Amino acid sequence: MTKSELIKLMSAQYPHVSIRDIELATRHMLDYLSDALRENERIEIRGFGSFSLHIRPEKQGRNPKTGEPVWVPEKRVPHFKPGKELREQVDYARADVQG
Amino acid sequence: MAVTKAEIVDMLFDTMGLNKREAKGIVESFFDSIRETLARGEEVKLSGFGNFTLREKNPRPGRNPKTGVEITITARRVVTFHPSQKLKAYVNGRSEQQS
Repeated sequence: MTKSELIKLMSAQYPHVSIRDIELATRHMLDYLSDALRENERIEIRGFGSFSLHIRPEKQGRNPKTGEPVWVPEKRVPHFKPGKELREQVDYARADVQG
Repeated sequence: MAVTKAEIVDMLFDTMGLNKREAKGIVESFFDSIRETLARGEEVKLSGFGNFTLREKNPRPGRNPKTGVEITITARRVVTFHPSQKLKAYVNGRSEQQS
């Protein structure tokens, strides 16, 4: 499912809000989540999961080809941990198909 | 302080002038739609933000870290999040072009 399909699905649940507003709200939400992560703020959505920033400190590394020491700068990676409800729903769906 | 649904609702109220009830409905519909889609076994791709993908995990041996008792971790389906190039660059304070 893509972003535009998600917007259509949301719009079907909220017929009294224009699809343009749903589209705009979705863009605002994704920008807001991105900004929070950039500020190293944790995002916690009950039942869905949490987003946080994993920060790998800068370190002294080596160029594997030449053996030359290089400085590897700090790296920040967004991380998502699924919440209990999401984890269970996704796994039960699998169990239903197989069992 | 973590960002929760309440902050996202307030942000939509402030930036879009949606009433609180509508804003709350849209925020819930956003996360619920993503969760339900994943629970149906379909991946969700949000361009510019990241992709929620599904992985099938085979059963593997494990142990209870508290008691040390060996158990088999059953086969399961799990959600993983892959942040987009754009989001990864953004949280590192770069634009995508520079990365």
